[in-house]
Amino acid sequence: MSGAILEVRGLNAFYGPIQALFGLDFAVEEGGATALLGANGAGKTTTLRALSGLIRRQGDIRLGGKPIAGLSTEAIARLGVAHVPDGRGTFTELTVEENLRLGAYVRSDRRGVRRDFERVFGYFPRLAERRRQQAGTLSGGEQQMLAISRALLMRPALLMLDEPSFGLAPMVVAEIFRILAAINRDEGVSMLIVEQNASLALDLADRAVLIETGRAAMSGPSQTRGADDAVRRSYLGY
Amino acid sequence: MNAFLHQLASGAALGGVYAIMALALVMIYQATQLVNFAQGEMAMFSTYFAWKLTDLGWPYWRAFAVTVVVSFLGGVLIERVVVRPFAKAPVLASVIVFIGLSLIFNALAGWLYGYSVTDFPTPFDGPPWFGQRAMSAHESGSILVSLAVLMLVYAFFRFTPLGLAMRAAAQNPTSSRLVGIRVGWMLAIGWGLAAAIGAIAGMMAAPIVYLDPNMMAGVLLYAFAGAVLGGIDNPFGAAFGGFAVGVTENLMGAYVVGSEVKLSVALAIIVGVLVWRPSGLFGRRLVARV
Repeated sequence: MSGAILEVRGLNAFYGPIQALFGLDFAVEEGGATALLGANGAGKTTTLRALSGLIRRQGDIRLGGKPIAGLSTEAIARLGVAHVPDGRGTFTELTVEENLRLGAYVRSDRRGVRRDFERVFGYFPRLAERRRQQAGTLSGGEQQMLAISRALLMRPALLMLDEPSFGLAPMVVAEIFRILAAINRDEGVSMLIVEQNASLALDLADRAVLIETGRAAMSGPSQTRGADDAVRRSYLGY
Repeated sequence: MNAFLHQLASGAALGGVYAIMALALVMIYQATQLVNFAQGEMAMFSTYFAWKLTDLGWPYWRAFAVTVVVSFLGGVLIERVVVRPFAKAPVLASVIVFIGLSLIFNALAGWLYGYSVTDFPTPFDGPPWFGQRAMSAHESGSILVSLAVLMLVYAFFRFTPLGLAMRAAAQNPTSSRLVGIRVGWMLAIGWGLAAAIGAIAGMMAAPIVYLDPNMMAGVLLYAFAGAVLGGIDNPFGAAFGGFAVGVTENLMGAYVVGSEVKLSVALAIIVGVLVWRPSGLFGRRLVARV
């Protein structure tokens, strides 16, 4: 497959001795967005954690053609994989601005970083208002915006989002997904999105992978009609 | 009155030493939730190293600078080689490692340099500064050095990207790795900084308490009392606590309990704080949702 920013073949992942993923195959197109769907406990979060090297994994993982399965979490991040983890991973005791500066930690292009600060403040003006505030005092939605902004400051080749809608009010979710769609469409940032809310994710994504108990049950373009049926079967069991 | 001011001044001078030792303890505590019991002996060993250099005829400040750098590297090395393997071990294993380290450095210093008490040079020789009589030149200089260290450390953590990354790594290691911070190295650098700060504390304390392999045992205890008093998770509190303990123990020693038992003042402070206000004066009370 050419033009893929991320290619995954035969991905196995383990929590201690327990195997949680069994030979997962999927890809994210350059500039595209792939949604990982599935019921609770299917292995969506596990997939992202395996890709980031936070848990033990085997298989062929290529970022822009380069194998990354043997690299450490830090090294993968430095190659441009920005992982917004579940629970948002906020540095709660640091200020909003310090959180963002950490996103740009490995970059040395000061001018570009300053531009990116302006860019994320453009997307999320509320963060600009609160830049000196301690991040732990932000609301859940604001913390999600902060986590996405921190990831964007890494100038990612691939943005991985773990349930950006989790625990948020519907209006906030709509706003965040509108902005994610803009980032994907206008800036061409490739995305891999884990979502419980399948219809939200399918609106944003051009491809979808359905995971059932650690295996890919289905994968393909997200717009096909069949996707809906398979998703419903997987979530609801009929 | 003059005698009282003099006691106050020498208390503040030693208090500065306690303050920066307490800061070294807090630095490692914040990153690992462990108290490095070997901090004092590491500082003592660094001080002997500096003494050796001056004994070889090196000018004081060159010996000082080289000692700080070597101590930093030594701290990094200790973390990488000795402490790292126990990162996932139970707390007690790490505590044993620290105690072992302190015994090793104590014995090593005795073996290399002997157990006899030695003079240590001060760069702040000569008549008291500003013509005042209450404070010797070394006491004035030592206080200044302590304050300079506190300010430099503050500026480092507050204003540099590396300092920010170290704070981030201490708070949230996983998120730090996800933005590309090499968390393991941050911890090693923390040990290096703590060792370097300890070396400065040792070199400032040695002209007062004299150089011998056990010189830092009392200092570490006072530093620990200072850290507990100010709040062991708060660098400012710890530094303040260090100064407060220095002044208190000196005044108590001079006027209340006598100098023979003034070490027990430190113990009383530790026990008192832990009973009445376990988080310290400026510490954060930890409230956990269960």
